[in-house]
Amino acid sequence: MTVLIYLIGISLALGAGGLALFLWSLRSGQYDDLDGAANRILFDD
Amino acid sequence: MNATTLTGISLEAAGGVPAEASSSAADAVCAHCGEPLAGTADTSFATGQERRFCCPGCAAAYATIQSLGLGRYYTQRVLDTTRRPLRPEPTERFDLARYIRTEANGIQTLELAVDGLQCGACVWLIESVLAREPDLVSGRVNMTTRRLRLAWRGEAGKAERLVGRIEQLGYRLVPFDRACLAAASENADRTLLRALAVAGFAAGNVMLLAFGVWVGFAQHMGPATRVLMDWLSALIALPAVAYAGMPFFRSAVGALRAGRTNMDVPISLGVLVVTGQSLVETLRAGAHTYFESAVMLLFFLLLGRVLDQRARQEARATAEHLLALRTSEVTLLQPDGTMRRVPQESLPPGSLIFVAPGERIGADGVVEQGASSVDASLVTGESLPESVGVGSNVFAGTVNLEAPLRIRVKAAGSSTLLAECVRLIEAAENARGRFVILADRVARYYAPAVHGLALTTLWIWWLGLQAPFGQSLLIAASVLIITCPCALALAVPAVQVIATGRLFRQGILLKSPTALERLAEVDTVIFDKTGTLTEPNFMLAGMPDQEAFRLAASLAGISRHPLARALLAASGPVPPVSGAVEYAGSGIAWAGPEGEVRLGSRSFCGLTGADLLGDEANPETPELWLRRPNHQPVRFAFMERLRPEAAETVRHLAAQGFGVVLASGDRAEAVRAVAAALGIDAAHAGLTPVEKIALVKSLQQAGHRVLMVGDGLNDGPSLAAADISASPASATEIAQNVADLVFQGRSLRPVAEVLSLARRARAVMRQNLGLALFYNAAMVPLAMAGYVTPWLAAAAMSASSLAVMLNSLRLQRGTGR
Repeated sequence: MTVLIYLIGISLALGAGGLALFLWSLRSGQYDDLDGAANRILFDD
Repeated sequence: MNATTLTGISLEAAGGVPAEASSSAADAVCAHCGEPLAGTADTSFATGQERRFCCPGCAAAYATIQSLGLGRYYTQRVLDTTRRPLRPEPTERFDLARYIRTEANGIQTLELAVDGLQCGACVWLIESVLAREPDLVSGRVNMTTRRLRLAWRGEAGKAERLVGRIEQLGYRLVPFDRACLAAASENADRTLLRALAVAGFAAGNVMLLAFGVWVGFAQHMGPATRVLMDWLSALIALPAVAYAGMPFFRSAVGALRAGRTNMDVPISLGVLVVTGQSLVETLRAGAHTYFESAVMLLFFLLLGRVLDQRARQEARATAEHLLALRTSEVTLLQPDGTMRRVPQESLPPGSLIFVAPGERIGADGVVEQGASSVDASLVTGESLPESVGVGSNVFAGTVNLEAPLRIRVKAAGSSTLLAECVRLIEAAENARGRFVILADRVARYYAPAVHGLALTTLWIWWLGLQAPFGQSLLIAASVLIITCPCALALAVPAVQVIATGRLFRQGILLKSPTALERLAEVDTVIFDKTGTLTEPNFMLAGMPDQEAFRLAASLAGISRHPLARALLAASGPVPPVSGAVEYAGSGIAWAGPEGEVRLGSRSFCGLTGADLLGDEANPETPELWLRRPNHQPVRFAFMERLRPEAAETVRHLAAQGFGVVLASGDRAEAVRAVAAALGIDAAHAGLTPVEKIALVKSLQQAGHRVLMVGDGLNDGPSLAAADISASPASATEIAQNVADLVFQGRSLRPVAEVLSLARRARAVMRQNLGLALFYNAAMVPLAMAGYVTPWLAAAAMSASSLAVMLNSLRLQRGTGR
């Protein structure tokens, strides 16, 4: 059953990583202009 | 795109014909702004068959874009006809220096509202043009809020050049006042999103652990493993509840402090009790832990709040954008004869201002010099322009249409009629009673009842049955947990999110969180006429003699008068005339080969009663006359055009049992005609804003719930006084700001749609509340008797929440009618 300890640890670390990434993207303003982002991809150069 | 580099406006024979100009449509629309070319005098800028422009501004903008190598713009854009056309026009000059902010590192920043953004290609075009400017650090357009943020190095004066580059393309830029920048709402949005992220993370992981425990029951999991799982859950859930629960705790504390209770009180209490009790159980290595239901509840509730907030923020951004566009400066004529742009508020009474054609008049005053016509639809609701001359009174908020005016200021800023209307609106808004939403009305009874039951349980077990205090407390807590308002708290928000999202996709913005519930109560709809039931433009009535029609349209080409525009729109492209002269407020005269031709009012054409036949003698409808040498004078009658599906909507509303009332500031004849066409019996004409409020109030006193639909400044006060209000997207900014919901597009159909959806939403909300209460009523006796086991509680809670969510999803289906 010791494998459980590792697995729970890994899953929590992955989840926390995802959370940290989301908070970072939120802080850097990536959710401020969702319409613009959807359109910008068509015009990159 | 053809590789020919186009500088200037000599565009003929451009090798291969580019895609955007190859069709026959190129003959009818301007190659830059896409507006129909209707034989205006400016077709002289047409060069060759491929490119035609409506004005020199468009031609220059086209040349600029091509010379920068950005011609791809024209093939990739999608023009949105409901937006302001992309035509460069002489715009108001702002004193930009007042709005520039200097950052610590010497970088200057400026935020501007962009008017005329049509699609993603516009964003690309603006950013590409700016990218070619030296010294620019960043120039980025936010498409959601339609704002441009400029940052550059060097002196502040560079702003003029940067702004000029974009205005030259046809966009209108208005600086944002730093004080007006609503940073607060943006922060609220981010706080909620952060709380949602934390709750989501916790809910996922705690659920994972909880599933382990549940499955472990069947597979005989050792108690040591279960305790480990519980401790891990507690470790994740406690900080998550403390952080993600904050929005609810704050609101609950606020309500309690004000001596009220709202839905957030039972939510906060439920979450805290569940978490606290689970923690105690974990410490005692007991089995009654429910961390997962606490965090799941927070996660679902936050999801609802975030979606709701997003939808309303969108609506608010639209309103702010419009508000910024209204910010205006006026041209002050100083005693020494020089002109200076000053903010509208700082204008002293008695000063002299200059108003160019097309400009909005910034103050109330008397015309001192010049003759023109003004569009007063914003103030009076009258659809036809009013002629003004020396000595006429003009009001702030009206638009000068034809010729420059010099105006002696009588009142400016907060003492103008415009400001007076705004004050009326505020007063009416304050008078409107606070609407208590359904969920809070339920919470008012629910919270004390549940908490009373829990106390009674504790009392009976402890004192009545002489059970140990610890056990009694556990049973009392289980009552609170089983009645934890999971389903109840989700009952209303789940419906609101689904309904708001659905309306948003149909182009209906709900600005107020209580709008849906107030709409469901409505039984009477009041419509304004001009601009609400009818479209903002006129339509030519009947098809007159072709030859006269073409001549009249050619003359009309030089004028910006709404009737001339309507004539032109009906005629299609016609060759322009040269040498025609417009007389402000009266008409157009042209020295033709056979003698003088006149197009204009009956007096301008020199008509007397003897020239008029039967019905022509009565001037009920707007008209233009054409007088030619050796011909009978020809009359062009115009009518207001009803919005598409206006009649259908009114009929549908009446069939559904709604009372339909027409309330207009316009003349009785015009109102009667529209009322007859739509089959509305209750029509009121010539109402002032105050009388409109009185009409709304009298209906309310008769026990009706009133939906007011209006678009003008004069509708503003009555919009605020009604139980709920709606505006078309073409409405004045003030009306849109006041209205609880704004619908886009030309059709009037959204009014009927939103009313029927609101009724269905209310029905689903009630079903949800019924489901939640029924579940509680069934479970509470079990909990009070102490029979609740962890698996039963978990199953019952999930089942009731799921039932509520699934029931709400039914709104997604079916039509709105």
